[in-house]
Amino acid sequence: MPQPDDAAPLVDVADLRTHFPVRRGLLRRTVGSVRAVDGVSFTIRRGRTLGLVGESGCGKTTVGRSILRLVEPTGGGVRFDGRDVRATGGRELRALRRRMQIVFQDPYGSLNPRMKVRAILEEGLVIHRLGTPAERQARMTRALERTGLTPAALDRYPHEFSGGQRQRIAIARAIVIEPEFLVLDEPISALDVSIQAQVVNLLVELREQLGLTYLFISHDLSVVEYVSDDVAVMYLGRIVESAPAERLYAEPLHPYTLALFSAVPRIEPGRRSRRIVLAGDVPSPARPPAGCRFHPRCPLAEQVCRESSPPATAVDGHLVHCHVAARELERAGGGVAATAAAMARLVEAAQAAGAGVSPTDGRRDGA
Amino acid sequence: MTAPLLEIRDLVTAFHTPAGRLPAVDGVSLTIDRGRTLGLVGESGCGKSVTAMSILRLVAAPGVIESGRILLGPPRDAVGAAATDLVTLPEPRLREIRGGRIGMIFQEPMTSLNPVFTVGDQIAEAVLLHRPVGRAAARARALELLRLVRLADPERRLDEYPHQLSGGMRQRVMIAIALACDPDLVVADEPTTALDVTIQAQILELLAELRRRLGTAILLITHDLGVVAETCDDVAVMYAGRIVEQAPAARLFANPLHPYTIGLLGARPGRGGRAAGPLRTIPGMVPPPQLFPSGCRFHPRCGVARLPDCAAAVPAFLEVEPGHFVRCPFTRPST
Repeated sequence: MPQPDDAAPLVDVADLRTHFPVRRGLLRRTVGSVRAVDGVSFTIRRGRTLGLVGESGCGKTTVGRSILRLVEPTGGGVRFDGRDVRATGGRELRALRRRMQIVFQDPYGSLNPRMKVRAILEEGLVIHRLGTPAERQARMTRALERTGLTPAALDRYPHEFSGGQRQRIAIARAIVIEPEFLVLDEPISALDVSIQAQVVNLLVELREQLGLTYLFISHDLSVVEYVSDDVAVMYLGRIVESAPAERLYAEPLHPYTLALFSAVPRIEPGRRSRRIVLAGDVPSPARPPAGCRFHPRCPLAEQVCRESSPPATAVDGHLVHCHVAARELERAGGGVAATAAAMARLVEAAQAAGAGVSPTDGRRDGA
Repeated sequence: MTAPLLEIRDLVTAFHTPAGRLPAVDGVSLTIDRGRTLGLVGESGCGKSVTAMSILRLVAAPGVIESGRILLGPPRDAVGAAATDLVTLPEPRLREIRGGRIGMIFQEPMTSLNPVFTVGDQIAEAVLLHRPVGRAAARARALELLRLVRLADPERRLDEYPHQLSGGMRQRVMIAIALACDPDLVVADEPTTALDVTIQAQILELLAELRRRLGTAILLITHDLGVVAETCDDVAVMYAGRIVEQAPAARLFANPLHPYTIGLLGARPGRGGRAAGPLRTIPGMVPPPQLFPSGCRFHPRCGVARLPDCAAAVPAFLEVEPGHFVRCPFTRPST
């Protein structure tokens, strides 16, 4: 689209790697490493939302924390508004961090129970030396009102609020210093369904009002589709597929994305589509499989998948790491819709033949 | 039509705390037929888990079953015999039913399994408690059960400890224990909530398959309407200690009638993403038991509430079309 998207992205992550050492024995010697994030690249333009989805242990949370350097990346580059986040330190890093904030999953764990809301919100203003006391008061009031709370909340403790209200406080804490970019790490997963919708609407509203840019990390595919402009699917430390949201959901290419989508229980009266049930569990990121990391669970795995890691194949901003999808794309002359249909057929056929998956009709039979 | 397998009538379970009497379950009636799956849905604090624990009389103090009956129909080979009221059953006889005729699966397989015993020992224990068999036979049954729940490499897993298994494998072990004595009913309390979506799909598929093969009835307690839509025959929606709507699953999702059910269904993003506009929300939050409103407990959050009527009296649970019950006088089926 002819938007100002030639402009440099606000967030530019290139080949990000974050490994955690595995230590054993009396001397705590490093015996290996957990490759939580192992070569992840994406960009987020200003005002856009990238949804990052995947199952637990896929590394999505570590990606968010690595961008903010809450954990130190092992390699690769993170640029924020053109500046190399990994190369900055001290005052410069602090200045960058004022522009990037994070909201965590658990509003019970992320707010200090001994601090009043006033102290929780003021902390960021004090650290970044923003405003006079009177201005700080005004900013805190404004942040609370934006999140649907009243200034009376300032003199109360977190335990006096419900889960949904606490998450509003966590969001107020993030926006009070007027950042440009928010990492939202499973911001609604701990909330009840009726409260989730309230918080999702609030986040969308704030994005419009404040011109925020989001990295929205979640395992909830429906909410990610609703919130995001672009979506990236992670598996075992790597992105396996990414595309603009509506295209990824309409035309998934990677067998893992297909399985993930089909595994989500949906409320669609009469739906009896065949569900793809993947065999086995996600392998440990300390010992990722060779080749394509999804191959031990993939119904379409071939020899090449066991041997070499699939490179990215991109068509019009739809990016997929899969040998089979790359071949099908070529066969379809680059037509994504035709390729998506072909991949769905292949997975279904493999499933019918009993390869790696167990066929189901997705529902009970007649009782 | 034979008598139902389990019939709960006007169950009241309350917690007596320094803050007063908290009626977590306040007049719940449910029926589960043999071989059927009933989904009990609601948000946290609605009383769905307390209902499940009441069936097995496992509600911890200061919780007390104050009134109501929980009638368990006779075993499969004695159909026609009288039902047993679990509320008044002496403890020793109840213990024969727990894990015997009624199996249980909980949300957190790690905290439900004992970390210092092997998987095989824990399954065998469940068999030994209820069947007159020796250790060798119990172990053989444990292996058979691990095969039944399709745990990969069952011979090896038998001698492993829970921490050596993944979350999905542990939940399979829990299911094996629940099925150890070939129960008539399995009570599954959020069995897939702690699991990833692809693993959840495996476990739901397994439960559906076991139900088909063994004819076990399932009471599935969950907050996830999608899970209910794909696995249950019947649904009951709970709010603040009461059932507000109950119907066959297909009917409830096609034609929800209670404003709370409609609100819950509307709060989830549908297909089509953001084009559909902001998500519909239910204002406010679920009240804790000490703040349950008078009359219809949903009335402060309800868009169609009429005051003072809705705040004055508890609405009756009406059958508005065959098999479809609603606790709201202002809704009618559209057809």
